[in-house]
Parts: sequence; C-alpha cells; structure tokens
Amino acid sequence: MRNVINMAAEEKRLIFKHIDQPGYTIDIDCYLKHGGYETAKKALTLKQADIINEVKASGLRGRGGAGFGCGLKWSFIPPTNTKPVYLICNADESEPGTFKDRQIIYKDPHQLLEGMLISCYANRVSLAYIYIRGEFPDGAKILEHAIEEARKRNFLGKNILGSEYSLEIYVHRGAGAYICGEETGLIESLEGKRAYPRIKPPYFPAVLGLYQCPTIVNNVETLCHVKHIMAMGGAEYTKLGTPNNTGTRILCVSGDVNKPGYYEFEVGKVTLGELIYDVCGGIQNGNQLKAIIPGGSSAKVLRADETFKIKQKQADGSIIEKSITINDIPMDFDTMAAAGSMAGSGGVIVMDHTRDMVEALANINEFYAHESCGQCTPCREGSLWMKKITTRMTHGGARKEDLGLLKNVADNIAGRTICAFGEACSWPTQSFIAKFPEEFENKAKPETSSEPIRTAA
Amino acid sequence: MIAPTETTKELVNIQLDGQWVQVPKGMNAIEAAKAFGKLIPHYCYHPKLQVVGNCRMCLIEMGTPKMGPDRKPILGTDGRPEIAWMPRPQIGCATNAAEGMAFRTTSPLIEECRKGVMEFLLINHPLDCPICDQAGECQLQEFSVEFGGEKSRFVENKVKKPKRVDLGERIVLDDERCILCSRCIRFTRDVAKDDCLGFVSRGSHTVLTAHPDKPFNNNYSLNTVDICPVGALTSKDFRFKMRVWFLKETPSICTSCGTGCNTIIGSRENVVHRQTPRDNEAVNECWMCDYGRLNFHYLNDGKRLTQPQVRVKQDLFPTDWEDVLSQAANSFKNVSPSEIAILASARMTNEELFLVKQLQKQLGGDAVLLDVLPRPQKADHLLVCDDGNPNSQGAQLLGVSQKGEKLETLRQGIASGKYRVVLALHEDLTILGISVENLNKIESLISLSLLSNEMTNISRFILPGAGFAEKRGSMINVKGRLQRLNKAIATAGSAKEDWEILNQLITHLGGASFSSIDEVFKTMAATYPVLANLSLSKIGDQGIALKFNS
Repeated sequence: MRNVINMAAEEKRLIFKHIDQPGYTIDIDCYLKHGGYETAKKALTLKQADIINEVKASGLRGRGGAGFGCGLKWSFIPPTNTKPVYLICNADESEPGTFKDRQIIYKDPHQLLEGMLISCYANRVSLAYIYIRGEFPDGAKILEHAIEEARKRNFLGKNILGSEYSLEIYVHRGAGAYICGEETGLIESLEGKRAYPRIKPPYFPAVLGLYQCPTIVNNVETLCHVKHIMAMGGAEYTKLGTPNNTGTRILCVSGDVNKPGYYEFEVGKVTLGELIYDVCGGIQNGNQLKAIIPGGSSAKVLRADETFKIKQKQADGSIIEKSITINDIPMDFDTMAAAGSMAGSGGVIVMDHTRDMVEALANINEFYAHESCGQCTPCREGSLWMKKITTRMTHGGARKEDLGLLKNVADNIAGRTICAFGEACSWPTQSFIAKFPEEFENKAKPETSSEPIRTAA
Repeated sequence: MIAPTETTKELVNIQLDGQWVQVPKGMNAIEAAKAFGKLIPHYCYHPKLQVVGNCRMCLIEMGTPKMGPDRKPILGTDGRPEIAWMPRPQIGCATNAAEGMAFRTTSPLIEECRKGVMEFLLINHPLDCPICDQAGECQLQEFSVEFGGEKSRFVENKVKKPKRVDLGERIVLDDERCILCSRCIRFTRDVAKDDCLGFVSRGSHTVLTAHPDKPFNNNYSLNTVDICPVGALTSKDFRFKMRVWFLKETPSICTSCGTGCNTIIGSRENVVHRQTPRDNEAVNECWMCDYGRLNFHYLNDGKRLTQPQVRVKQDLFPTDWEDVLSQAANSFKNVSPSEIAILASARMTNEELFLVKQLQKQLGGDAVLLDVLPRPQKADHLLVCDDGNPNSQGAQLLGVSQKGEKLETLRQGIASGKYRVVLALHEDLTILGISVENLNKIESLISLSLLSNEMTNISRFILPGAGFAEKRGSMINVKGRLQRLNKAIATAGSAKEDWEILNQLITHLGGASFSSIDEVFKTMAATYPVLANLSLSKIGDQGIALKFNS
C-alpha cells in the first residue's frame, strides 16, 4: 500500500514535456533540436516484433477511454493476414471534460507523428490516417503542415531515412459528431458514410476494419506514449505509474476548482484529493466539494461524502479490501473501476455544493440526446426521452414517478445497444440518481400538478 | 455489412431453450429458432438483406460451452457441454450457430429487453393505426400486443417529422411512422442496385429520405412497401383503398413477363385491390417488379368487354353465348383450312393453348395458320426477363407457337384477302401493323379479348374473355417451371373463362368437349410426356421444374 498522505503530488511530464515551454514551437526544427525523431530512427532499425513486444512489456493501456491494452490490441491482427493493415489515430476528442489531445496536436504535432511512425512501422502499416474532429480546424492545418515538414525530411513518404519502409499519413477531418470517436463509427465515417457504429461481432477493427482490412485505432495520447516507450524501453516505462496502470497520463480538470487545466501524472500516483486541493488549488470560492465525474462526462459520478470499498492487489499477490474516501482514490484505471466509475478519458469534472445535480444531469443528457447517432433503437429514443424528462424536471414539471422512470429508461439502454454510447448516455443518469436521489425527489413538490409541463420536441 | 446468413451443410449441435437440436453451422439464431417453431421478434433483420442489427428487438441470451483447463468443453451429467451464459443480451440476427452454442429465446431478461425496445419504438410513433394502411399487417402492432407494455409512460411531446413525403412516383413516406430499420435503404442499394435512399439528421430526429436528385422511381420500389415492417412506406396505388383484413388472398403468378413471379392477389367482392409477391426461392425469392405488380387495373377498365357481341351490318349488338358461338362456328362453313388463320397469345394458359391446338385440328389441322406474337424485351438485372410473354414455353411445347415466323404470312394474307376467317385470341391484329382497311377484308373476324380496341370495333364476333385473376390454369416460365394461376375473382359481367369459350366453340364445330379444366390438363398431360402424371392440383403453390428432354 502506497502511503500518499501528506506527500505532495508532483507532475511527471512525459508527453507534455515541452508543452507550454517558452520558446517551444510546432516547427520540425524545434522538434529536432529537442531530440525529435531520434527514437523513430532507432526504431526503424529494429524488428517489428521487437517493437510490439516492447509495447506489450510496457503495459501501455489506451488513453482514449476504455483503457484497453495497446500491445494486446495490436496483436489481434490475424497472423495469416494478407490484406493491407491500416492505422488510424483517433483525434476525435469529443468527450465533454476532455481536452488533452488538442494540446498535443496544437502544440507538439511532431510528437504524435513520431509515435505514429513507430507504431505504423511495428504493425507494417503503409497508410495511416489521423481522424481529427471537425471543431479542430486549426489542428488539422497544423498536422498537415507538420506532415509536409516530415515528408521533406523523409520521416514520412517513400523509403523513410533510406530504409525499405514507406509510410503516408493523411489528415481526415470529421464533420462534428461525437459518435465519430467510436472506433467503428470513425471507420464508417472515414469510408465516407454516416458514422454508424458497426456490430461486433463480426466487425472487430483488427479483423474487418477500414475497407474491411485489419485496422488499428489508437488515441492521440496513446500513440505518443509509444514513442516514449521505445525511447526508454518497455521495462523502464513500467517503473512509471503503478502495476497494471503504467506510465503517465494527462488529466484534464474542469469545473469548480481554482486552477482548472491539464496536468500529467504517473498513473495512480495522484489521488483525487491531491489533484483537486494540491494541484488545482481547491474548490473555488471556498465552497465544498459535492461531486466528481472522474473520466469524462459519461463516467459515473462520485459523491464527495461516499466511502468506497476497493480491493487492492498487493505486491505479494494477496488482495486486501479497504474503505477509502473520495479524496484518497488514486487516479488509475483499476481503482477507479473498483470505485464504481472509470478513469475513462481523463476528464475530471469537479462540482461544488452550489451545483444542482438535476440541472447537471439535464445538461449531460442534452449532450447525449444531441449526439446519439440514431442507428439503434434504445439509444436513439432513450437518450432523447431522458433529456426531455430531466429538462422538464428543471423547468418545474417534476413528478414523483420521474425518478423511477428515468432509472428504468437508462436501464433499458445500457447493455442493449450496438456501441458503448448506450452506456455513455445511461451511466450519468443511473449514477446521478443512485448517488443523489434526494435531489431528484425534492424536485417533485407535493403540490405539483399531475399534468406535466411539456418541453419542446 | 455482412451478407445474409450464409449457412453450410455441416450441422452443429446447439441448445435452444434447453433442448439440444441440430442446425446448419452459421445459421443465425432467428432462423434457427424459426426452424423449430419459435419466434424471435425482429424488425431490421430480413433474410434477404444484409444484417445491421439496429432495431435491437431480437435480443436473446447466448451462451458458449464452458471450457476446461484442457481447452475442451466441460460436459454435464447429460453428456452435453455445460453452458457459460453471457451476461449481456445478444442480437439474434448476428449470432450465428456454432457447435455447443446455446440460445434462450425467452427469459425474464429477454422479455424485459423486448418490452423496453417496444416502448422506445412507440414513444415517438404517432399511434395513428385507425388511419394507417399497415394496420392489420403491422409488426409494430403485432409485437406491441405480444411483447409490449400495456400503457404508455411517455408524457413528453413527440418528435415531429415530415408527413406525406412524396418519395417517388409510387411511394409515399410518413417519417413519423418510420422506425428507422433501414430495410428499404438496404433493399434499394443492394437488391435493386439503385442507391437512392438514406437517412439524414441525427438521433431521434433521423429521417428517411430520397436523394434530392434521384427520386425513388426504380422498377422495384414497391417491394419496400412489403418489407417496411410499419406503415411508413405506402403504395400510392393501394393506400386508403382497402383495409387489408377484408382482402381475400389468392396465390397466383404474375403474367407480365416470362419470369412468372409468384404472387398473392388481394381482392374483395370481385375487385382486385393489390398484388404482392409470394416467396418462391426458385423464381422470385420474395420480390416482384412494380410494373408487374400494378399490371392489374385493366381488369376493371372502362373498356372491358362484358358481353358477347355480333355484328349486324355496321353495328355490334349484344347477344348470348349460344348465339355468338353458333354464328361464329357457322362462319367457318365452306371455308377451306388455308383460308383460316388463328393468332393465339403466349399470354394464354397451357390449357387454353391446348384447346387452341384442338381447334386448329378441328378446323383442318396444319393448313390452318397458327402462331403467337413474340414479345422480346430488354431484361434487367433482377426479375424482368427478355420475354414479355408469360407462357412462351407452353406455347412452344403445345405446338401453338412458331415463334412469330408465320406473322408475315398472316399480314400478307390478310392484306391480299386470302384469309376469310381469322381468330384473334387475346391479341390485337393492329399492333402487327395491319390496317383497319385490310382487316375489313376479312369476312369473319372473331375476337376473343378483354378490352375493346380498334380491332374489336370492326370484328364480326366478340368473345369477352377472362383476365389472369379470373381464371385457373397453368403456364411454363422461361426457366421451364410449370406454375399455376388461381382464380381470385369472377369474370366481369357475362365474360367467360377462355377455356370454356374455346371448348364450346370446338363443340359447335363438332369436336369433343371437356367437362372441366382439370380434364383438359389431364388430356394434355397424357399427350405430352414432360407433363406426365401431373395435374393442376399437383402443381401446387411453388410450381414444378419440368424436365425437358431435348
């Protein structure tokens, strides 16, 4: 058990080493001056399998939201495959509360390109895409400029640095839909179709991805980590973070704290309490902490006065169970899951005691109702229904039965949809109701007429 | 997207609701359950379309064999694999049978899933069943009764969407009724090969629409009305005409080309209201073309001939059958066989054509000119074939057709006044390019026809016949499949079934008569070996592939 009490949390900037550094620019010359592309040069001399093994050894978990093992994901490409393999960088950063990838793209684009170059080489990819959300027009320009620079220096293009290996990277702009961040929706969109997520099975991207070819879809931050893993070695990388939660990750803190922003820590080496009070300067206006959504708006909300029973695996393999407060939850994948939520995309949304939780849920529900792609029934109809209920509740039309109805609607969505959007849109409702039932009950005043106030369609 | 269920001949053992059964490997859960009489309700899945899994109505519980440390299934006391059930429900349409797999088509979880999906589908649905054409054959209605909740919990305003959208020449769309299953989109893209439908807007506001520059006008558009599980797509031709539960359904075949698509004729009180395709894997699967489907309105045309007529000097006068047939028979007196011509039609049934052949024999055999009018046309990629006649094969088999080779002789013979008696059976001689002036040279022009036309107007005898929906009989399609027409409605007015007309005419000429159409078929089957041992009833609703020996 780590003893983190009284230990000031310190940032460990790996990905963000140069971000916001005075004088650091997006030019390739600046990047090269800081040792850029040296790791790629080295990697191009290695065997592909060795790189994949190194990434596996690093224990790198995807930073997009699901936290799936990166090396494992790569190993799903069928060994007998004869089709081209594609790599797609998922730069459709859209989860509310998340703003890390845009920092990399806008301030250090070559780091991403170098990470992609190594990853593509390792997986024998000769054509890769960066799918960037439509709301990042400048980011797309920056990336295209960076790709042009890299091509001129032969870090991209034919026979990279005199090797046999060739790679092209294209930037593809989304048109502004959250669902394009879902990897199979992204693939459909890249193919020029509506971003309707595909059914799995059979459309696992590693087998039947872009143009029905094996495809690797990785988050921006994840691909950047590959560069650092190759620079320091997988074993060395595992020394960062905690077991099964290796490396660093960027946390995006927003909401009612004094110093919101992006911070990079070793995974699990900072607790929520340290993050809010030590790093972010505490709750604004001297208010009390009420709730935290720890991993982007779809993650289940945590209540400030809850105690969390979590099981922790010890170094000797034994498992101990203990109760901790919200402040003591370390920001890692496994503990956050054990606490009943998820580390997700690293978007930490902090709410103080002045926040009306029904209003907060109405806001989240409005987002998901707007972003449901509409392909499958439960999510399409349920997300809008939940939005209408919570909007009505915040407009004086709450009824006693709304609490149970809302929960049931959410329960009818989660686990029954084509993609994870079903969970993304129902978890907030499920958790807000479970954690703050009194706020929903109080909305329904006894004198409220049984005739509800209708909200616009 | 994945192709419709591909199955192999290899059988696998699956556990279906606790029973171990065998199904072809790869068969999806919906089809596997269906094979054992169980319904897994579904909207978006269609056996002929690609699987998309969007409606979520077919959620089932699915399990796989528990594996031991040796990577072999752990067997229970019954010697069957023990099942590890997945915690989340799976869609039946995309769950394909493999050895040891287990499905639960019903369970508390599944009932809850279906109830949830039904509620979601209905909250924004207009619930306008009383004015909806789909009522009575609507899966939304049916599954709501069977799997839905009893009352609505929805108190918000419904989503408003476009109504009465003119999607194409033959289709009207009600976007509020649409449940966005995408069957129509997949059909027109993948089967009709006309990618003109799609969704626009997002979430619950998604609407089906046709491409702005590409109206939904292809010759298969009306199939989407059939496969639309709700009342979103309606046929302009049929909408608001008749409640479907009043329709009498008669299985028959389409006679608009040589394909012979299997159909259901929907009629009420002797009026045909619609034609829909009927499943036949050997012919049309479950589709038919719009042209053939709508090609029935002529049965009620104002020009329909409903009364036998005889010309007296310049005018046609109505008469009875006995009179018209005896007079027509008399007109052959003192006419040599070479002065007689019969133009039959490859749109007639085998039984009728067999009687035409008997008539030719009665009138003097091969010296009597006999042929049919060929109708070559452009085939399409799907069902429309290059033969516009539905029974060219039958006409060929029965020796009635000379493939139009005699038509020139007929044309010249009429022009020269050689043919004194001409029988035109369901064909209009003017479309051969024979002028009215030349037709007037014929002493006795006998027309068996449905509708009045330029030729019937100058005929000496008019024999009003029966349309395809008004008679029983058989035809042979271009692929040599013997299929049956069934009588859906009575003949119009005093019009008669063609076989009876021909039969009676032969009798008047002194030939042998048949007592029923079944007897005609029996005699025909005894004459032609390819039809040996067959009867009209043996043809059945799926038809029989004939084995022609060359």
